[in-house]
Parts: sequence; structure tokens; C-alpha cells
Amino acid sequence: MMVPIEHVIALAAMLFAIGLVGVVTRRNLIVILMSIQVMLNASALAFVAWNRLWPHGSQGVGDGAADGHVFVLMIVTVAAAQIAVGLGILISMFRNRDSVNVDDVSLLRW
Amino acid sequence: MLPETLFYVFGGAAVLSALGMVSTVRNAVVATLCLLGMLLSLAGIYVLLEAYFAAAALVLVYGGAGALLFLFVVTLLDLREETFGVPRMRVLRVLGGVVVGCAVALGLTRIVPLGAAPPLPDGFGTYDAVGTALYTDYVLLVEMVALLLLAAIVGALILTRKKLE
Repeated sequence: MMVPIEHVIALAAMLFAIGLVGVVTRRNLIVILMSIQVMLNASALAFVAWNRLWPHGSQGVGDGAADGHVFVLMIVTVAAAQIAVGLGILISMFRNRDSVNVDDVSLLRW
Repeated sequence: MLPETLFYVFGGAAVLSALGMVSTVRNAVVATLCLLGMLLSLAGIYVLLEAYFAAAALVLVYGGAGALLFLFVVTLLDLREETFGVPRMRVLRVLGGVVVGCAVALGLTRIVPLGAAPPLPDGFGTYDAVGTALYTDYVLLVEMVALLLLAAIVGALILTRKKLE
């Protein structure tokens, strides 16, 4: 593995920024949910990168060379749960309002 | 190819797929497939970083269930262009936001050279190492995640239940 680790972290930062812009800018709930997935995967990539660089922690001590991978598994599981519940919300929203635009379900004044 | 080249290929594919997903205005299925492409590119990067079990888990869970659920919902709701599309100027706004966001993110990461990657312990990243860690050090986490998944299943069932007239 020859790529310097800061390139991997830069890639994770860029993907996170792309996902963040997707969540904030787009008005379609499906695209918002998919952009949340992009953000979660960007953070999981950062976990994997740091685990590769320092499998035993930054000081070189400690056990557990697979801690980053375990956490990536947790991130993936939480993301799957979020997909399920988020799509349930989307389906019930579509049934009630016949629209997946988040502006149509906004009760805020402005 | 050398691993470095492959990393940049997969990284570029991931960024392009994410950009395509965020700025697709015409077709919801194209957006979902762009998300799937980004996930598979990330799985390739995980293999390059020697996280084999994490890559397999990503492909299985996201590719086999996550993107599939998105496709189900997109085809169930039958989103046409008039409900999914946005005017062209908004796409430029999205892309401008992406450029600004990436600049801010890269500025915040403070790219500092960190030295070479150390030699890895034996069996790093295999299902053996991850499974042992999961069921010895992190068994409480596994149980809590099981509870979380149960809550998600029950929640999704209740949310999508039709009212009985």
C-alpha cells in the first residue's frame, strides 16, 4: 500500500463535503437520504485509513488491530437501519402528500 | 496496475459517482446507480487498504440491500422527471456548493505528511480478525446493534402500515 495516507483522508473529506452539499441543497428526499449514505461512507473510509496506518493505535501500544474494521461494520449496520427507516418515512410521506419534496412537508414559517 | 494507480482510479470514480448522484436532475434510477457506483469504488479502495472483510461487508450490505431498497422505492413511487427534476440553475448551485465544500474540507484536514504505513500483523483485515474482535472485545456492541436493527425493522413496519379501514 503505497499511497500516502493523507490522500485517503483527503478523499474522505471530499466525499463528505459532496454528501453534505447534497443533503443541504437538494429538495428531493430520496437524494437527501442517498447523500447521507455518502457522508457515512466517507467517515467509514477515514476509519479504514487510520486503522491501516496505525493498527495498534498512534503510540504503537494496545491490542486490537481490527478496531477500525469493527467500527466500519457498525457504521454499515447503522446506515442500513437508517435506510430502512428513512425509506419508510418517505413512503408514508408520499402516501399522505403525494410528493417527495421536503418543501411540501415543511411547517416552518419561512 | 500498481496499487497507487488503482487507488486514484477508484478515488476518482468514487468522487465522480458522488457528484453525479448529487447533481442528477433527470432520473432517479441514475442517481441510485451512481450511489451504487460510489459504494463499489469505496469497496475497491478498502481492498487496497487491506480491509478485506470491510470491503465484503460493504458490497453485501450496501450493494445487496441498501441500493436495492433505494431502487425498490424509486420504482414503487414511480418518480417521473416532472417530480424529480429541478431547473438547470439549481444544478450549478449544487456544483458550486460542492466546490466550496471540498475546498473547506481539504483546508480543514491540514494535510500533514504522516510517514509510511507500518508492517501489518498477520491476518489483518480478514474475517477471522474482525470476527474475533467482534465477539471478544465488542460483543456488547454487537448486542446493541442487534437491538438497533430490531427497532429499525419494527419502525419501518409501523411507518409503512396501511390504515385498516
